[in-house]
Amino acid sequence: MSSSLEQMYQQVILDHAKHPHGRGLAEPVEGHLGGESHQVNPTCGDEVTLRVDVAPGPGRDTVVSGVSWEGEGCSISQASVSVMTELVTGRNLADVRRLDEAFHALMGSRGKGLDDEASLDALGDGEAFTGVSQYPARIKCALLGWAALKDSLARSGALADSTGGTDD
Amino acid sequence: MTTDTVRPAPADDGLTASELAAVRADFPLLGRTVRGGRPLVYLDSAATSQKPNVVLEAEVEFYEQRNAAVHRGAHQLAEEATEAFESARSAVASFVGADDGEIVWTPGATAALNLVAYAFSNATAGRGGAEAVRFRLAPGDEIVVTEAEHHANLVPWQELCARTGAVLRWLGVDDDGRIDLSDLGTVITERTRIVAFGHVSNVTGAVAPVAELVDAARRVGAYTVLDACQSVPHLPVDVRALGVDFAAFSAHKMLGPTGVGALYARRELLEAMPPVTTGGSMVEVVTMEATTYAPPPQRFEAGTQMVAQAVGMGVAAEWLGELGMSRVARHEQELATELLRMAEIPGVRVVGPTDAEDRLAVVSFVVDGVHAHDVSQVLDDSGIAVRTGHHCAQPLHRRFGVAATTRASASVYTTVEEIAAFREALTGVRAFFGAE
Ligand SMILES: Cc1ncc(COP(=O)(O)O)c(C=O)c1O
Repeated sequence: MSSSLEQMYQQVILDHAKHPHGRGLAEPVEGHLGGESHQVNPTCGDEVTLRVDVAPGPGRDTVVSGVSWEGEGCSISQASVSVMTELVTGRNLADVRRLDEAFHALMGSRGKGLDDEASLDALGDGEAFTGVSQYPARIKCALLGWAALKDSLARSGALADSTGGTDD
Repeated sequence: MTTDTVRPAPADDGLTASELAAVRADFPLLGRTVRGGRPLVYLDSAATSQKPNVVLEAEVEFYEQRNAAVHRGAHQLAEEATEAFESARSAVASFVGADDGEIVWTPGATAALNLVAYAFSNATAGRGGAEAVRFRLAPGDEIVVTEAEHHANLVPWQELCARTGAVLRWLGVDDDGRIDLSDLGTVITERTRIVAFGHVSNVTGAVAPVAELVDAARRVGAYTVLDACQSVPHLPVDVRALGVDFAAFSAHKMLGPTGVGALYARRELLEAMPPVTTGGSMVEVVTMEATTYAPPPQRFEAGTQMVAQAVGMGVAAEWLGELGMSRVARHEQELATELLRMAEIPGVRVVGPTDAEDRLAVVSFVVDGVHAHDVSQVLDDSGIAVRTGHHCAQPLHRRFGVAATTRASASVYTTVEEIAAFREALTGVRAFFGAE
């Protein structure tokens, strides 16, 4: 095995792929905002259906209270949704947006990773995907779950609502 | 390959070791390394083949010596370009057993299949006058395909149905990936107007029962459309002997350039078909009010043509023809047998026929517990190029209950040793992912 292959398939990724977090769609929570998104990667047939549950609160206290999903795909896409689920659960919308930006920056880094220590720290297990960014064909596998999160947040109405936090 | 370096062997044999070495030496790309110095093992020829020097040189030579628009202008270059373009057409025609006038240049097989579908569409819209009435479709007419089709031979027919009110029907595929003929009599009926099917599946490698399908179509007076993309590069194909009305294939899968392919249609049909793409070069008389059209094949070749690519396709056809397609087929049958030995590896399951009978060296498979994408990534690490995904055949993958497969496919330049290297790398995949 070459070192770049081992960098891509880090143990963290293999573990998340084998024992993913958040798998199994959860029922909507009364009084929360909910959104669902189905994303496919048309070239390889990877799929994810993701539900987000947002607990509305005033301003910064609007938090992603739950992420659940069903999906089929390669170890990179499955591990990425799992890591993302852990990262964003319990975080407010501004944090989630920063995480999304940091992960996209990491995926655009062509294997070099991020200089910004704070962002790297924030990404936690997400840093393990640095090796994936060397393989252009696999970047979209790693981003599948993030696309589903963004879309389901938009569908939940929480983004439009992120300052008000009413529960209409 | 040049005939002075290689002595032809008897017609039924595959390729000798020295012939194969000479063949490989003719493909510059096969000599390169990948992923940090590993020799390339290219097992993705079903997606696109590599190109021999003669093809590359023919394109360069065309641009260096003959480049001009064809069928226009009286200058010497225009004459030479036209001559090169038309002799390439003859080479392609004779390679598949057609007459020169029965080959239409297209940008590829997808474009060729769409050309046929749109000709029916335009006829249905009343274009093409009295001769084209035979192509008109009406609500209740049926178009038959199979569950094994590449999207290129499925979606154009779905769209044609949507435009005309015709109904799409299909033959299923059995557990071995063979087209199921048991309901042939109920699927192909008096209502059937078109039967479109792939000669060889780009997923399972299975060769379709052409004779049965053509017979069934003929009995009810339906037109047959053969997607010959995966057969023309690997088998002797004689469109007339097969008895099909239309056939489509791409140069880039048969050692030729990208951007060019061919539609074969029986001359009588081409003469009756209304044009599809319109514009320059395909007309006779144009007034502000109306236009009359050139005879085929020019009627279907609007706009400036891909002359250098067509010349390259002609040379690719000649190159294969000189080697002899029955010998190419013999060589590749051995490769198919070698590929199928992957089924001996624990956890590897072949999708499609598991014996080398009536199938080509295109083998899709799944590895228990490891996603197709991950399989190909590990193979890539050993320099082995395979394809991953649904290979533009989602319904067939759905039929087998898998979203994606990994596919290894060979061509005339592939060796038994390369396939052994592939099997060895494949053997390590499950351990790498802890799937054992
Ligand atoms: C069976 C089959 N049909 C049609 C096509 C489409 O060919 P092209 O993409 O060259 O138009 C392909 C190749 O991808 C194929 O394998």
